[in-house]
Amino acid sequence: MTTTVPSRATDDTRKPPAKRRITAVPGTGDRVFLGLTRTSGLVVLGIFAAIGVFLTIQAWPAIRTAKFSFLTTQAWEPDIHHFGIAGILPDTIFIALVAVVIAIPISLGLSLFISEVAPQHIKRVLVSLVDLMAAVPSVVYGLWAFFFLEGRTVGIARWLSTWFGWIPIFHVNGSNPTNPSESSSLYTASTFVAGIAVSLMVIPILTSVMRESFSQAPLGEREGAYALGATRWGMVRSVVLPFGKGGIIGGTMLGLGRALGETIVVLLIISPVFTINTHILQSGGNSVSFLIANLVSESSKFGISALMAAGLALFAMTLIINFSASAVVARSRSGAESDG
Amino acid sequence: MTLIDDPVTRTPTLDLTSVAPQTRRKLRGAHRGSMFNLVGALTAGFCISMLLELLTALSGPLGLVIVAYLAFIAVYGVLVFLSDDGPAVRDAVMTLLMASCAVLAFGALGLVVVFTIARGWAALVHLNFYTQDMSRAGPLSPLTVGGMGHALVGTLWMVGIAVVLTVPIGLVAAIYLDVSRSRPATTFRTAVEAMTALPSILAGLFIYAAWILAFGFGRSGLAAALALSVMMLPYIIRAADLALRLVPGNLREAAAALGAPGWRGEMQVVVPTARSGLATAVILGIARAIGEASPVLLTAGFTTYMNANPLNGPMVSLPLETLKLVQAGVPAYTSRAFGCASFLLLVVIALFLVARKVGGWGPGHLSRRGQRRVIEASARDVARFERKGQVVAAPRSVPSMTIAEAGS
Repeated sequence: MTTTVPSRATDDTRKPPAKRRITAVPGTGDRVFLGLTRTSGLVVLGIFAAIGVFLTIQAWPAIRTAKFSFLTTQAWEPDIHHFGIAGILPDTIFIALVAVVIAIPISLGLSLFISEVAPQHIKRVLVSLVDLMAAVPSVVYGLWAFFFLEGRTVGIARWLSTWFGWIPIFHVNGSNPTNPSESSSLYTASTFVAGIAVSLMVIPILTSVMRESFSQAPLGEREGAYALGATRWGMVRSVVLPFGKGGIIGGTMLGLGRALGETIVVLLIISPVFTINTHILQSGGNSVSFLIANLVSESSKFGISALMAAGLALFAMTLIINFSASAVVARSRSGAESDG
Repeated sequence: MTLIDDPVTRTPTLDLTSVAPQTRRKLRGAHRGSMFNLVGALTAGFCISMLLELLTALSGPLGLVIVAYLAFIAVYGVLVFLSDDGPAVRDAVMTLLMASCAVLAFGALGLVVVFTIARGWAALVHLNFYTQDMSRAGPLSPLTVGGMGHALVGTLWMVGIAVVLTVPIGLVAAIYLDVSRSRPATTFRTAVEAMTALPSILAGLFIYAAWILAFGFGRSGLAAALALSVMMLPYIIRAADLALRLVPGNLREAAAALGAPGWRGEMQVVVPTARSGLATAVILGIARAIGEASPVLLTAGFTTYMNANPLNGPMVSLPLETLKLVQAGVPAYTSRAFGCASFLLLVVIALFLVARKVGGWGPGHLSRRGQRRVIEASARDVARFERKGQVVAAPRSVPSMTIAEAGS
């Protein structure tokens, strides 16, 4: 009595079955629904595109007149056709950079505190406090900076310029550390003060993006680090920070984009200059949004066109920064949908 | 040949009386030792800075605080080092640094809120501050004359119009992001995220370029509302998209498995489940729009008179009024400005509390009334099925076997 094993080797010449093409034909309702929602998406995209289009149309006369000199002139006298953003754009960027440089360490610490240190029941309160910080009207921050902050930062500014004045950005022209009754007006209305106030407004943006990416660091790796004997900081350094790198970079860039366009605080603090002011502690600065807000109501037709050109430059710059930021954040994000 | 000499197995006896009762170790919270370290370091830091202040005269209270803080960190590190080794010291110091970042940021927020409300209180307590406009209040008038009534009306009109314009289109666009997983939808999501950081002054400049310069309409409340809408739209879409993404995927799958077409699953399962999240998205969008001055600055014009018609004539909103009052640089106007600002701040905080209350309910949470509504709807469905002649068991009262038999 023998057992025969059916052999397949000999007649196994047939091909594996072709993969079935799975097609889903959406019903009429679905097609109508998708069409409707897609239309609203297109409308929104259309609005976004219209911003660029209308700014370009209105800016065209000024750009055609100024041509390339628009990017190289450090002056703003559109009525004699002598204007450009070479002095304004760098000052805008300085304010944003000061804000972001102050905001990065604070947001890093804050987001790590919320995602890693704070106990669960406090965490939700802290998250909504961060959201509240983002929603405090910019004019409130502006008032605070103007009436509270500006006078109190003179000491820091003077100290920095006295001891670190040899670094070009901390230098203040005409400062005299040996004169005790030196006027504080040298140090007010500066890029530094505006930067501190703007940093308060970008901290919540950086923090929420960073916190979101930190909290997505996988549990397995976290526990692995603990199992190998890491302290909490050791775990954060070896697991959370590497996983959150995309969030840190992306959040910083989003914050930079926001800081570039801040208007009200700058409007209240800065006293305008139209040349590049690289001394951040020294009184005087500028920003594109400041320029627009300040001059729109008192400009000639051509002057407004020039302002539109400045706005277009700001639009292009923030759009590039924001798009790359959201691309970085989107790439670092995993798991689009939760399973409950 | 035996391997074991003594073949009897003995079990070790456990003398329970000799084992001391064990107490559960505390794993969470602060130990007494680390609290001592913290308090000691804090005191030491304070003392060191006071000493330096006496010896060298630091410049101002801010310098004092900074020196005290640095000394506090250093002393704390040393104290931890007395009992622990390197990694534990680093851990303790880094945790302290993280916590101090939180204290710094929220301290600044608290300072902003308290400072603004304290300076604005003088104006807030007068009833005329809410009802009158500024047309009869000169720079020397006391706070009992004039107010921000016109700005309040303006803000209500502008934000109201903006909400009516943006909420429907924003929510539908968010639903599009949710149903379509195609490539255009992903690009759209990236565009929306990029637009949330659009400088708000550009929203104003856009409406100025299009509505006022190109189409020739004047500055009005409507123009300002349009500018606010442009600014608000990406916020609402993004927040609503996040709320919809929080809906568990298996709910969608359950709807599909029951034979619901995609749109029914979306509108009758996903959207109602995310209702509280969507409400939060709208509220937060409103909170954002209420405080924005820069889009309004270019589009609304400025007036000290009450104007209740958003279609015609200049109109002021609360943040714009605040800005203009501060820029005037007159003391009486300044305290009015703080009044406006603190009123705005209180409104934003109130909106936040509402949002927290609403958003505190997770996806799918139903109030008691909501539960009753669902049960009633279910009973109506049963009645409808029975009218059509299908044999359907009443919900709850009949065991599930009968339903299975009815199906077969």
